[in-house]
Amino acid sequence: MQGSGRPSTYDILRAHGVDRRTFLKFCTQSAAALGLSAAMIPKVVEAMEKKPRIPVLWLHGLECTCCSESFIRSSHPIAQDIILNMISLDYDDTLQAAAGEQCEEIRKKVMKDYPGEYLLAVEGNAPTNDGGVYCTVGGRTFLDILQESAAGAKAIVAWGSCASNGCVQAAKPNPTGAKPVYKLITNKPIINVPGCPPIAEVMTGVLTYILTFGALPELDRQGRPKMFYAQRIHDKCYRRAFFDAGQFVETWDDDGAKKGWCLYKMGCRGPTTYNSCSTFKWNCGVSFPIGSGHGCIGCSEENFWDNGPFYQRLQNITAPGIEATPDEIGKTLVGLSAVGVGAHLVSTLARKGVRNLQGKGPETEPVVAPPDEKQS
Amino acid sequence: MMKRVVVDPVTRIEGHLRVEAMLDDKGVINDAMSSGTMWRGLEVILKGRDPRDAWAFTERICGVCTTVHALASVRAVENAVGITIPKNAEIIRNIMYLAQTVQDHVIHFYHLHALDWVDVVSALKANPAATAALAQKVSPSWPKSSPGYFADIQGTLKKFVESGQLGIFQNAYWGHPAYKLPAEANLMAVAHYLEALQWQKEIVKIHTVFGGKNPHPNYLVGGMASAISMQGDNAINMERLDYVRGLIQDAQVIVEQLYLPDLLAIASFYPEWTQIGGGLGNYMVYGDVPQNGIGDPSKFRIPRGVILNKNVAEVLPLDHADPAQIQESISHSWYTYPDGKDALHPWDGVTEPKYTGPKPPYEQLNETGAYSWVKSPRWKGHAMEVGPLARVLVGFASGRTEYKDVATEALGQLKLPITAMFSTLGRTAARGLETRLSVKWLLDEYDRLVANIKSGDTTTADTSKWDTSTWPADCKGYGAEEAPRGALCHWIHIKDKKIFNYQAVVPSTWNASPRDAQGQRGAYEAALIGTHMVDPKRPVEILRTIHSFDPCLACATHVISPDGSKLAEVVVR
Repeated sequence: MQGSGRPSTYDILRAHGVDRRTFLKFCTQSAAALGLSAAMIPKVVEAMEKKPRIPVLWLHGLECTCCSESFIRSSHPIAQDIILNMISLDYDDTLQAAAGEQCEEIRKKVMKDYPGEYLLAVEGNAPTNDGGVYCTVGGRTFLDILQESAAGAKAIVAWGSCASNGCVQAAKPNPTGAKPVYKLITNKPIINVPGCPPIAEVMTGVLTYILTFGALPELDRQGRPKMFYAQRIHDKCYRRAFFDAGQFVETWDDDGAKKGWCLYKMGCRGPTTYNSCSTFKWNCGVSFPIGSGHGCIGCSEENFWDNGPFYQRLQNITAPGIEATPDEIGKTLVGLSAVGVGAHLVSTLARKGVRNLQGKGPETEPVVAPPDEKQS
Repeated sequence: MMKRVVVDPVTRIEGHLRVEAMLDDKGVINDAMSSGTMWRGLEVILKGRDPRDAWAFTERICGVCTTVHALASVRAVENAVGITIPKNAEIIRNIMYLAQTVQDHVIHFYHLHALDWVDVVSALKANPAATAALAQKVSPSWPKSSPGYFADIQGTLKKFVESGQLGIFQNAYWGHPAYKLPAEANLMAVAHYLEALQWQKEIVKIHTVFGGKNPHPNYLVGGMASAISMQGDNAINMERLDYVRGLIQDAQVIVEQLYLPDLLAIASFYPEWTQIGGGLGNYMVYGDVPQNGIGDPSKFRIPRGVILNKNVAEVLPLDHADPAQIQESISHSWYTYPDGKDALHPWDGVTEPKYTGPKPPYEQLNETGAYSWVKSPRWKGHAMEVGPLARVLVGFASGRTEYKDVATEALGQLKLPITAMFSTLGRTAARGLETRLSVKWLLDEYDRLVANIKSGDTTTADTSKWDTSTWPADCKGYGAEEAPRGALCHWIHIKDKKIFNYQAVVPSTWNASPRDAQGQRGAYEAALIGTHMVDPKRPVEILRTIHSFDPCLACATHVISPDGSKLAEVVVR
């Protein structure tokens, strides 16, 4: 993103009357939002001082716009800072002032002026059945526009479960043949940011990481940023102690529900869902699904719509190696207690106190067996 | 010679909408087509699934009006299997519903609609001191109105423009003669665009408290999953309730001191738009915010009813279960019905996609054939407008004092008669008026919740029919609601504890509908007729009227499939 001669983020902030002290505070907050140590703050400052705003094309395919809505809920940084000071959001049909021809002209101009430099953000996915007629923009199929826009992109950010793994319109029988971005574009770096929607600060954190370091974040084998998707919700859930103690909500609004006990028996997908909900929480840390009494539905996991019904409890999760996460993140957790779930629950509870991690687990993720009512 | 103006994509909406307008030689629109250009097939996907899961699927119909489809869905299932939810659950749902309405309307006004009336670039020429004087006159109580504040905002805007990277504001219609605000009003509006953007993330925290997240909070068939325990720290308790109360009070400040004053100030510069964009003149409201259970519409805060031909002297009753009242026509939509039928009641709905439009890429659609993924719902054969204007008119015509008071006060300030409401500006104003009511009701509902808890009732869910083995083998239900964009209803048919058939007929299906078999245009189409366009290449006038409806196209395009039916082959010509 060098050589454009355009002002850096700091130049713009300074010209806005923002003093250096405020600017440094802004950098510190951005660093904190990324979970960076204080030692990294100078690097953030340097990045903000030098880099002009990166052009972003934000396309919308088959989706519900929940990702855009989540994005503007970000508390640090706030949406205004991102849109005015950090990126140049040149195309986003949800927010942009221009319409029709004028808006398509912008997309083409960015592709022409910034080849290999712009970031392509994709919300939603492309229907592939029947020539792609289930989603058209300006008389062209979304599939066509996606492929055209991807060709000159520096990288692609696949917002949400639609773009990352298909989400609701790709649930069986997937009548439109909706496909996530990675199945359609294979020659570009893609960052998958799953969730329906993803947490606001996860979305903005992915962008600020790219802006700060001039590089994509480290990704796991599913293309998700390790910094946000390396651990299961269950591992960090504040109700985990109740799980370990065998204290469960048995029916809605029962005594256990009023006491905030574990929702595992109500179908909670926390044990098989990799996301930051139980650490960051939602909407500036106010709560998260489990914190408000409903189980996790696993909205950041591939095929989560077809792994239901949602209120049927998880079963037969392979206990050995359960702490292993994608790319063996789990090995860093040696020393923490491990538990089994489902069919293993009773036995593990019986062995409470002697459940130590087996160390490095297999690389594969835990497999959830097809739900079977009879076993529950 | 006739000229065809195509706007695709229509931006600052949810989903994908295309508008084609035909102009006569004087530049006046004499015909228009509204085409939904996306289809996801959610009802096909729902078939065979557990009805208790349906709320989560249907909630994903839309993330802008998040929660509304979840609420309609749980109501439909509860109606089908005969569940009466506890009072606390009803009130919590009302609070979440009203919070959504308030948030949605404020976002619509500032972030989706304002740029049709506000010239951002003109704000650069404003005098900050004069802007401060204007802002203090428009809203004396709003604290951020000093000359320094507006000078800062203007500085931000100036440097942004000078950076050469105009982002979301580039290549728009700045300087178009249709923009009438003085520079100071433009600067004030730009400042409040940013204020509203900051605030909208706050009110949704009400959803986070009760539903765990926003967008897409959790719902539950039978009540709400957020248990109440006033003696515990791990459920809805005093701290959580106090938090919600604070968020409501902040919302009242935004609505009363920012949104309403801005709305009336901007409207006062565009009186001609009270004569443009009226359209159908038929208005339909399902009603909402129950006070005595969903089965007692007479106690809804938002009354139910229909107005035909702008006749506010009469409010007609409606019935969702009557197969003769609500039907969906497909004569101009890319679907097919068996046996050559054209219109079906949602419970009997049978639809298969059948694309007969031009092969993409295409230049234009054909109004004589099918041209949209949106169907054409009709009430007793009439095309209807739904949404805030319909609600304000039905509330007014039903003699509800609250509606009469807000409408009379606003019209008095603008020195306009009630007939001014039948217009593009009337639609936009009605949204603000009902936000004022909604934010007041939000506190009323909060007080009801606290009073009910004080009376000793902490129940939030009826689990007597949670187990599907208690359900009848075959049952049908519907869940009606007033979503921010208008009348919404889900119809469900449950067989052997599974979804046999599901259909959502949503607000934007009514408003964005194409023509029906009788040639009656949908609400968007009708509202565009008669509008003069100054410059057909820069479609500001079309955007004003279309945005006044607050389109939501992911909602509008849907389909159901009967048992065993196969999706049709798509014919691409």
